[in-house]
Amino acid sequence: MGNLLTRRGFLAGLSVSAPAVLAGCDRLGASSGFRQSFLSWGEWLNYRAHRLLFADSLAPEFSEAEMSPVFRTNGNTMAGDQVYRRHLAEGFANWRLEVGGMVAKPMRLSLAELKTREAKTQITEHSCVEGWTAIGKWTGVPLWSILNEAGIAPEARYIVFYCADDFRGTSYYESIDMVDAMHPQTILAYGMNGGDLPEKHGAPIRLRVERQLGYKQAKFVMRIEAVAALEQIGGGRGGYWEDAGRYAWYAGI
Amino acid sequence: MDGETSRTVRHRISTRVWHWMNVLSLAVMLMSGLMIFNAHPHLYWGGHGAQPDMPWFEIVSLQARGEVHVAGLSIDTTGFLGRWTDHTGVVRSRAFPEWVTLPSGYNLALARDWHLTFAWLFMSGLVAYLGRSLWNGHLRRDLLPSLAEASPAHLGRDILDHLRLRFPKGEAASRYNVLQKLAYLSVLVGLLPGMVLSGLAMSPAVLAGWPWLLVLFQGHASARSVHFISAALIVGFVLVHLAMVVLSGPIHGIRSMITGGRVGKGA
Repeated sequence: MGNLLTRRGFLAGLSVSAPAVLAGCDRLGASSGFRQSFLSWGEWLNYRAHRLLFADSLAPEFSEAEMSPVFRTNGNTMAGDQVYRRHLAEGFANWRLEVGGMVAKPMRLSLAELKTREAKTQITEHSCVEGWTAIGKWTGVPLWSILNEAGIAPEARYIVFYCADDFRGTSYYESIDMVDAMHPQTILAYGMNGGDLPEKHGAPIRLRVERQLGYKQAKFVMRIEAVAALEQIGGGRGGYWEDAGRYAWYAGI
Repeated sequence: MDGETSRTVRHRISTRVWHWMNVLSLAVMLMSGLMIFNAHPHLYWGGHGAQPDMPWFEIVSLQARGEVHVAGLSIDTTGFLGRWTDHTGVVRSRAFPEWVTLPSGYNLALARDWHLTFAWLFMSGLVAYLGRSLWNGHLRRDLLPSLAEASPAHLGRDILDHLRLRFPKGEAASRYNVLQKLAYLSVLVGLLPGMVLSGLAMSPAVLAGWPWLLVLFQGHASARSVHFISAALIVGFVLVHLAMVVLSGPIHGIRSMITGGRVGKGA
């Protein structure tokens, strides 16, 4: 009998305490202080560990046979900006990519000029933060070559990508550190799966930073800027989703 | 050995600390993991997995009901999976219900913060415990079944004893029986490391450094499926484990996992 009571007590204890613990965890997660001081440890450790162990590692590349039959889109599938719509209608003939910020020689590059540079083609995997993955082929100019040509300042710590698309009026932007920016597989892609980069995938160019999640792969890139800090840009967290949804800036997993 | 004066404990301090760390981190990771799963409630085999690839498992939210699709079957799960009513009475079209996810509402970024922070706690504990157990012989001495124990006759008897709910008493209870050994060993060296590795295999940055993970799991989408199946197996292990604790004397079992429990005092 005694044993039965303790068994009942044990189960009752579990069923009474579980909802209280759940509610407590919900409240902890909602507390900004707890999230900032404790739940940010994962991101901090991931960033340090990945930079320590994998700074120069190359993302896996795949064969044509391994590509997704249909590469689904992520983020915005079009940009409503009026200037962008005009460029799209003109086949980006008068569009220029602006390269500025902490560089010795700011540049304005046409799509044709970008295409005359040495291109890199890679078949890589796109990992969305939601959990889906797609494999596609990207062709573009390595970002490091553009940055070197512009004479990037040694004090520059981040590259910011300003985009033509927006979510309810807030422009999309993203940023990466110099390790990712100078990585050989980080390209400004103007070609996808053997053709021009389609509008729904971010024409005329999108960033491919292959060791990163989907939301870091900025689409509809209009301007890139080398900066020393991110606090003064947008909402200050380094990207649209970082500002709007408090997604991790480095991520990487 | 005299139980009253023995300084030997049933569970070492390392086992006890690790056990309660795991209670915390696995609970947090399971629930935040279910929230992360809700962001894309479809599982695939192979390298890539996204619409319109064919999932082998999915939780779908239809107009008026929720369904689980697995291996060609459609199972109506309205009220629990895919379509359910939240605590305010609002009907939600989401895979896992609010009472099993962390946070309870849809918040992928916050769920990832929980998941990836506790992943470090879980991984550190696992690496430290496995390392220490190999070093001090705990694995070989206490968890690896002996040849005699692995014999079909012994195994059969142990299974029957478990089915009859006849648990070892006294001195025999101070050791793990063969079914316990096999269960703990397969979880310790199989399921838990597999959980960590399949999780790491979903990171594009880790895959760059350790591409062998793609070979091991046969692709990123497969690793995500393995991660989900492993989570389900860990839940299964915990349920059986809790049932065994309840059936074999919960107060004694829990006390010895907190204090260590003196050998020889028995249940």
